[in-house]
Amino acid sequence: MSQTLDEGSTFAALRDSGFLRRGRILARVMQVILFACAALSVVITGAILWVLISESWMFFRQIPLVAFLTDTEWTPAFTNARYGILPLLTATLWAAGIAMAVATPLGLVLSVYLSEFARPRVREVLKPILEMLAAVPTVVFGYFALLFLTPLAKQFIPGLSGFNLLIPGFVMGIMILPYVVSISEDAMRAVPMTLREGAFALGMSRWRTAFSVVIPGAFSGVTAAYLLAFARAVGETMVVAIAAGQNPNLTGDPREGAATITAYIVQMSLGDLPHGTLAYSTIFATGLVLFLITLAFNVLGFVLRRKFREAY
Amino acid sequence: MAGGFSERRIVATAKVQDLTFAVLGVIVLFFAMAMLATLVADLLIDGLGRINAQFLTDFPSRRPEEAGILSAWVGTSLVMFVTALLAIPLGIGAGLYLEEYAAKNWLSDLIEINVSNLAGVPSIIYGLLALGFFVYGLGLGQTVLVGGMVLALLILPIVVVATREAVRAVPSGLRESAYGLGCNRWQVVWSYVLPSARPGILTGAIVGLSRAIGETAPIITIGALTFIAFLPPSPIQAAPPFLNFDWLNSPFTVMPIQMFNWTSRPQAGFHVNAAATGVLLLGMTLIMNGFAIYLRYHLRKGQRS
Amino acid sequence: MTDSSRASTLLRDSSGDPTMTQASTTETPAAIRADVRDLKFWYGKFQALNGVTMPIHDRKVTAIIGPSGCGKSTLLRCFNRIHDLYPGVRYEGQINLAPENINLVEKGIDPILVRLLVGMVFQKPNPFPKSIYENVAAGLYVRGIRNKTEVEGRVEEALRQAALWNEVKDRLTKPAFELSGGQQQRLCIARALAPKPKLLLLDEPTSALDPIATAKIEELMDSLVKDVTILIVTHNLAQAARISKFTAFMHMGNLVEFGETEQLFTNPTVTQTQDYVTGRFG
Repeated sequence: MSQTLDEGSTFAALRDSGFLRRGRILARVMQVILFACAALSVVITGAILWVLISESWMFFRQIPLVAFLTDTEWTPAFTNARYGILPLLTATLWAAGIAMAVATPLGLVLSVYLSEFARPRVREVLKPILEMLAAVPTVVFGYFALLFLTPLAKQFIPGLSGFNLLIPGFVMGIMILPYVVSISEDAMRAVPMTLREGAFALGMSRWRTAFSVVIPGAFSGVTAAYLLAFARAVGETMVVAIAAGQNPNLTGDPREGAATITAYIVQMSLGDLPHGTLAYSTIFATGLVLFLITLAFNVLGFVLRRKFREAY
Repeated sequence: MAGGFSERRIVATAKVQDLTFAVLGVIVLFFAMAMLATLVADLLIDGLGRINAQFLTDFPSRRPEEAGILSAWVGTSLVMFVTALLAIPLGIGAGLYLEEYAAKNWLSDLIEINVSNLAGVPSIIYGLLALGFFVYGLGLGQTVLVGGMVLALLILPIVVVATREAVRAVPSGLRESAYGLGCNRWQVVWSYVLPSARPGILTGAIVGLSRAIGETAPIITIGALTFIAFLPPSPIQAAPPFLNFDWLNSPFTVMPIQMFNWTSRPQAGFHVNAAATGVLLLGMTLIMNGFAIYLRYHLRKGQRS
Repeated sequence: MTDSSRASTLLRDSSGDPTMTQASTTETPAAIRADVRDLKFWYGKFQALNGVTMPIHDRKVTAIIGPSGCGKSTLLRCFNRIHDLYPGVRYEGQINLAPENINLVEKGIDPILVRLLVGMVFQKPNPFPKSIYENVAAGLYVRGIRNKTEVEGRVEEALRQAALWNEVKDRLTKPAFELSGGQQQRLCIARALAPKPKLLLLDEPTSALDPIATAKIEELMDSLVKDVTILIVTHNLAQAARISKFTAFMHMGNLVEFGETEQLFTNPTVTQTQDYVTGRFG
């Protein structure tokens, strides 16, 4: 073989280079560290489940599950304590339901407007404003609901209590609006332009195109947005803890105040809550219910969203 | 021509429909913006006048006009410091692993589903986790460290998702040429992928931290006190080693809790204090988000050219 | 000795006096830089190369031509194992690199070491988002060469080799993105040259460039080949005819014909080659 070929760095030299070996070791170590960071998410989920289930276990050893699910009163502080989650659950669903009743129509109009009507320049100005709305701390929304909107609404809605489900529900609806809009607008914009062109070619207006082509095309994505938003409304804490009152109340009237699951947990945490008592375990049992509800909606939303992403 | 006439009518109807909907869209938009504006105006009217040196340098008090948020803003600063220190590196690490390392297998799928599920877990559940695990399980107590840890867990998914998006936007040609030069994976990630993804990651980190600043529920759940009339020990001391970590184990309160506490009082004087705290909180979160939006806007402009 | 200086001594290619190199090249015209033997390659279940056997002659340009999807880029990308970045790929056979006769595609061989020996330039110019200087020095840093004088010297040398020095010497600290497309591609060539690779792979390096920039790169290859062995994939037959000494014609994952460029273009032994080079298909 020619001597010119033998010059310079050789495979053997590279393989034995201390510098490169140290580089390889560092790369290995970093891979392990990065994996640990990623695996942490699984650990967190595991820890959440473990904490909720083990502490709830304490609770359900003393309170039968049937009583927990069917009793209509939640009075853990009374001498004759009753542990029925229904009052907390109905209040939670009332507030979240009102939020959805606000966020669904507004979100639909707004996301169709942003994805189908607004010019790119307009959109670039509007989306940051929506993000700002999403950035407002929830405790500030709570203040707004209790001390501004409720006194104002009292003048128009007869029978509205100082603490009620209606106003916090409404405020939560505004609060989750940016979230709904952002996900469903993404879904709508992912609908291929060719589908729209087909509809325009038939002479459809933008409006008709949006409702007969774009929304059906983005249906699973838009649905996912509402499922995820509902999960958020169910788990929202500060607005209801401040403005819906802390009194467990099984009611069919949203003008009354009633404690949600989250408000109950806040109320108990604010007081003196000795570790290991039944009172202590109630917040984990109710937290477990909350977690399961949000988990169900989140997983459903996640699956729909993934399905939608695969479709386009 | 009858045909022309009816075509014209269809076009006219379509135009009216479109206009109607566009007007509806604008109305909804204005409604949302009006809510935001009203909220800001309400807070400013109620609370702006209360913000003064006394308010920032006094501890909470039973008399509203003597109360201040010194312990709250110091607590918020310390907690946010811990949160940033934990959430940013961990989130970047997880995001990098998922984008650059993870093979397509069940484990990666599990981690991925987990991260997106964690993003949807209500914040108060994180509070329960911290109460059961950090406070009692590990016996850490109701301290700055635990507050920082729980908020870090809470915003971890935000940082992870932002990192993943930023990393995914790095052109694959950049990776191929770096690998082609003989870089190992860590060198490619550290020297090429991370610098390119930095602005996007920074945006996500800022958005995450702004969320953490305003977060109340998990901090209440771990049992942070609402009435704190002292400051944690200073992190800096005169004697060597000059740094003091006792503040990590100190009880604390944060601004959103102070605001919640004052909002829940019946006296109007405390409501003014709450509004003033709200103005400061809102100002911080809006400035942080505004900065993030500005960063992203510049980032996009940079990518175009 | 510090590690970086040791590495640089180990890795330095004493290319020496160009006239000497040229002289020695003419003395040993038949030297083989890499020997490809029965190379097979799979993307998952799809076999993209069905046993390729060909020599890569030292300090010559070897061109790989063929219709799109024939496997020419696949073959090229085997030489520095860039395929290994993607899951589900598999090699069989050999690419033996002189002088140590290391089989580049053997399982136990670290692809990173392969890439340190074999440089590559891609279809689209892809400089790093760093300064011109940092781009060329990148390959040296990877090898632990950090000595400032040495790095500066080799950056200049590589830029001169890539015929870019005169155009950029006054703005080495400027971002590489400020260069034109053709300059960027020459910068990528300089980046690949700086560590003195045993073999330089060019994957359709001019397909994204205008004719003037293309001519400049072709000219450059002519001068480079005194020092470096070049393997180039091109879809441009005229380019292959102009710049290469040897040509391999591929079709559907098979090496149809390999030979001296002149002979392959004027008097191919296989009808398929004749049909392709005369433009009857492809």
